[in-house]
Amino acid sequence: MAKREGKTMETTSTLEKTLRLIALTLVVIFFMFPIFWIFLMSFQTNETILAIPPSVIFTPTLSNYAALITGKLTTAAGTLDIAFMRNLGNSIFLSVTSVALALVLGVPAAYAFARHKFKGSEDIAFTLLSFRFAPPLLVLLPLTQYFQWLGLADTYFGLIWVYQLICLPLILWIVAAISEDISADVEYAYRIAGHSWFATFRKIALPLAGPGIAAAGLLAFIFAWNNFVFALVLASADKQPVTVGALAFVTSSGIQYGQIASAIVLSVTPTLALALYAQRYLVEGLSLGAVKG
Amino acid sequence: MTTLQLKNIVKRYKTNTVLDNLSLDVADGETLVLFGPSGAGKTVLLRLVAGVIDPDEGQILIGGEDVADIDAEYRGIGMAFQNFALFPHMSAFDNIASPLTATNATKDAISAGVHKVAKLLKIDHVLSHHPKALSNGQKQRTALARALAGSPPLLLLDDPLRNVDAKLRFEMRLELPRLLAAQGATVVYVTQDYKEAMALGDRIAVMSQGRIRQIGTPEDIYNAPADIEIARLFGDPTINLLDVTPKSGPDGVYVELSNVKVSLPGMPSDVIGKACVIGLRPEAIVFTEAGAVDAIPVKVEAETPLNEKTVTLVLTARGREILVSRPAGTPGPVSGPAHIAVNGKAAFLFDKDSGSLIRSAATQMTRNGEAA
Repeated sequence: MAKREGKTMETTSTLEKTLRLIALTLVVIFFMFPIFWIFLMSFQTNETILAIPPSVIFTPTLSNYAALITGKLTTAAGTLDIAFMRNLGNSIFLSVTSVALALVLGVPAAYAFARHKFKGSEDIAFTLLSFRFAPPLLVLLPLTQYFQWLGLADTYFGLIWVYQLICLPLILWIVAAISEDISADVEYAYRIAGHSWFATFRKIALPLAGPGIAAAGLLAFIFAWNNFVFALVLASADKQPVTVGALAFVTSSGIQYGQIASAIVLSVTPTLALALYAQRYLVEGLSLGAVKG
Repeated sequence: MTTLQLKNIVKRYKTNTVLDNLSLDVADGETLVLFGPSGAGKTVLLRLVAGVIDPDEGQILIGGEDVADIDAEYRGIGMAFQNFALFPHMSAFDNIASPLTATNATKDAISAGVHKVAKLLKIDHVLSHHPKALSNGQKQRTALARALAGSPPLLLLDDPLRNVDAKLRFEMRLELPRLLAAQGATVVYVTQDYKEAMALGDRIAVMSQGRIRQIGTPEDIYNAPADIEIARLFGDPTINLLDVTPKSGPDGVYVELSNVKVSLPGMPSDVIGKACVIGLRPEAIVFTEAGAVDAIPVKVEAETPLNEKTVTLVLTARGREILVSRPAGTPGPVSGPAHIAVNGKAAFLFDKDSGSLIRSAATQMTRNGEAA
């Protein structure tokens, strides 16, 4: 009797395991399939991509990548110049510079918000967050006007400035939340031991918030990298990032699916690499408050 | 060594007054214990002195100098926190070295200083560990070592034994007075444990609700608690407090406990007929024979043998609970009916309405709870 009961329990848990495995597989397929398909597409010509029914068996070609790297797009209507590599460079430059600037400005500000409750501090912090609520277009239309008057339209400086709308609130709020979680006593202890407030910020507050700052920086980088509309409106071709640059593949003689796919693969790679590298910090940083207690 | 003076300190958080016009003098080289329940404002007081928060009103003088414009790092203070507040990303060595690295000391001098204080606190074998790898006791010792490392003239210790286990607390209670004496610093020590207060303090300041209720030597406070609340806080087991109305008799003032007269010799006659509370230390009550004149019948409810004494909980006929303490090893009833006798000379009398002391016990007790 006891034996049979034991056996029943075992089958239940095996069944549960199997179901869980199936569910997990479905989720993975659901999320990974588009990426996998894009990856396959990037090695195919437009003809094989558009073939019906689609097939996973094809002769792989590097022509898409070659076209992107050389900047010569061969279509049925002739050869087009595309600036993909330049777009990629722009993406890297814009994202890295924006995040760096946002960190330089945002981390001390976040620390101030977390440690010093001054008059209006909540309001300022909330106003900064509210930039994230507004649809970007709402901000963009008047901004286009201002930028033209100020001579900032179509400059890297102007773009990086506008990118702060994406990066700064994110970094500010995440880092402020993490700084609040760090016991003020630890900082007091360092102060009382005879160190200035700046030394305390540098030697205690910054290292302790480190994982959180890394996580916030990474998220800001991903958001900046994926931004489309700011650069579309405010920059011309030679300053545009890959997200906008990909529009060039929609040519008069049709959409170049192969090149789009390989462009996506190339443009996803830096963020993916960064995310994989920083995964540890991301999880640690974002769950810091939850586990510290 | 230095002196510390607080003059009319007020600290408010929004509408909540945490420190209410508080004044305090700590003499050169003295160990003053701030004792009181949580929320009394002890920790806030230490932080004001340390300079990490500012008072709303009043003056703080360290060594006679007003420190209002002196930042925390220049006040020459060593502080240990209740939650240790160790730097989690630094080794125990770097934690302890932090007051020394702030000075122009050479590397060798820093290392020598850290090892000296670590040896004193018996943590020299764990100096390379990070706080995460330290036991609670080692963390507490590291925090103390950090406070001591810079040889500060003024030491603020915020309930440093709160978060360590009973055995370690007992050890440190014995060790700390020697350590503090060797340091020669003026010490303000915060605690919620009356035994710690008694063991460590040259003087004790009893705080509650942002005010100092009584200040004096441990003996003063034990023998003449200013009010019921303080009498209740000092003493283990807790003092017995019973509502009484003193009456006048041929031998002077007496009170009735379960219809047995307990005379209170030397009591002024103006307390007669007034609502009072009598305070009886458990040591002032003894078990007696049934036939004695002053025998009060009780029922034994429970007995707790502690190391050096046995504490018995008894119920009077009217259901009032009374604690009786006797030295361990002496005979006494374990259960069932029994009789107790009260020593009226060792009784405290408090005013029931104001709670303040009317008369302290004629028989004085030492800080260990024995009749002197």
